[in-house]
Amino acid sequence: MRTFQTGWQQLWSIVGKDLRSELRARQVWVAMALFSALVMIVFYFAFDLRVENRAPVAPGALWIAFVFASVLGLGRTFAAEQEHGAMDRLLLCPVDRQVIFLAKLIGYLIFLAVVEAIAVPLFAAIYNLPILSGGLVVIVVLGTVGIATMCTLFAAVASATRAREVILPLLVFPLLIPVVIGAVRATQSLLIPVVNDPPWPGLLAAFDVIFVTLSVLFFQFVVED
Amino acid sequence: MKIQTLSPLVAATEMDGRMPTERDTVVEARTVRKAYGLRPVLRDVSFTVATGQCVAVLGSNGAGKTTLLRLLATLTRPARGSISIAGYDVVRDANEVRRIVGYVGHTPLLYDELTARENLLFFARMYSVPDGESRADALLRRVGMRNRANERVATFSRGQAQRVALARGILHDPPVLLLDEPDTGLDEEAIGLLRELIAERVASGLTTLMTTHTLERGLAWSDSAVVLSGGRIVHAGPSGAMTLADLRGLYANASRSAR
Repeated sequence: MRTFQTGWQQLWSIVGKDLRSELRARQVWVAMALFSALVMIVFYFAFDLRVENRAPVAPGALWIAFVFASVLGLGRTFAAEQEHGAMDRLLLCPVDRQVIFLAKLIGYLIFLAVVEAIAVPLFAAIYNLPILSGGLVVIVVLGTVGIATMCTLFAAVASATRAREVILPLLVFPLLIPVVIGAVRATQSLLIPVVNDPPWPGLLAAFDVIFVTLSVLFFQFVVED
Repeated sequence: MKIQTLSPLVAATEMDGRMPTERDTVVEARTVRKAYGLRPVLRDVSFTVATGQCVAVLGSNGAGKTTLLRLLATLTRPARGSISIAGYDVVRDANEVRRIVGYVGHTPLLYDELTARENLLFFARMYSVPDGESRADALLRRVGMRNRANERVATFSRGQAQRVALARGILHDPPVLLLDEPDTGLDEEAIGLLRELIAERVASGLTTLMTTHTLERGLAWSDSAVVLSGGRIVHAGPSGAMTLADLRGLYANASRSAR
């Protein structure tokens, strides 16, 4: 019980530290929000979206914007840890590696939640789609957990390499394909309900459970030499 | 005085002229090997350190000093051999080891966006230090950073950040303190403070291992010195039994043979 309490306190201390650092630096949040907005705008003009093709195409733009922004932000977050050797400092502490992973994941989910809270209404406005609903919140949460989990794990892998900015997308994008497909299809089915469509939210939840479990198990081997 | 290159294990255990009992030995490394890729960094390194000793680990660049301290700090694992600290194995009981070891590197390892006090409070929570706030304040006063406690570390000079790093290293009052070139960037006053701190630890029966490139300082501050060359211990013995000239000769030989 005491171990659990200690781990719990350590987890929220790391989350608090990361949020405080980022709020002061304001490097990642602003960049991610601007980047996702720009991707959505570029897609809007690139595809010449008309009313009839907007619903099938727009969800892809939304999730690609989230994926790109996630990788951009997380690469920066872990790079900052690694550049100053502070990851070592964290690894020196008597903290379970699972706690460090979960803290990094929670902190990153909070970053993404803020970015998405700005990006989703912007998306609905740019694409003029009646998409803001409880269903979309569930899909965004499930998709974001999957993306953030894989990004957090592989950002730790990439941060130990010199070419981290290049390595991270190469490692993480192929693994995100199932989540992106599930999230895009689930978002599309909110706009154009399809009979006999697979239960995309359920599949996304299954991906999340698998990704989080595997990442928690493997994180120790990733960060420890 | 003629320097004798003793068997490292024997030399280190004879530091104060007696063979230590099991209880006295706080650090024990046996035939430790470590390689980065195909390049061996440590080769069959064995030594013991008795409780309350200050040991200087000396050697040229690439001799394996930092790797040795990183192994002791559980930041990396030995490829072969074993290391135990206070009876805990650094691989099997890593979290127990982390609780009793403090580490100060040649970079401060602090969070730049947090203030000095916030850094110490964060690490106090990581180590579950009771009454972390008063401990952090007392240490900031001790290292001469009380008046800048609420300023961000990013605004500090290299030496000021290193002072805070020193406070962070002893925050949880570790029985074993590892100092990897802790004097980097410190001014004379801070170096005096560091010396004072090591002397206090020795007086309190706490153990310190430090690496430094300043041979004079390494010899003067330590009870015993270990010289590494090419990943091997080429000399280990009491610091009082050798002069600076002896050590310089040994150091130069070790550096030449390493090249």
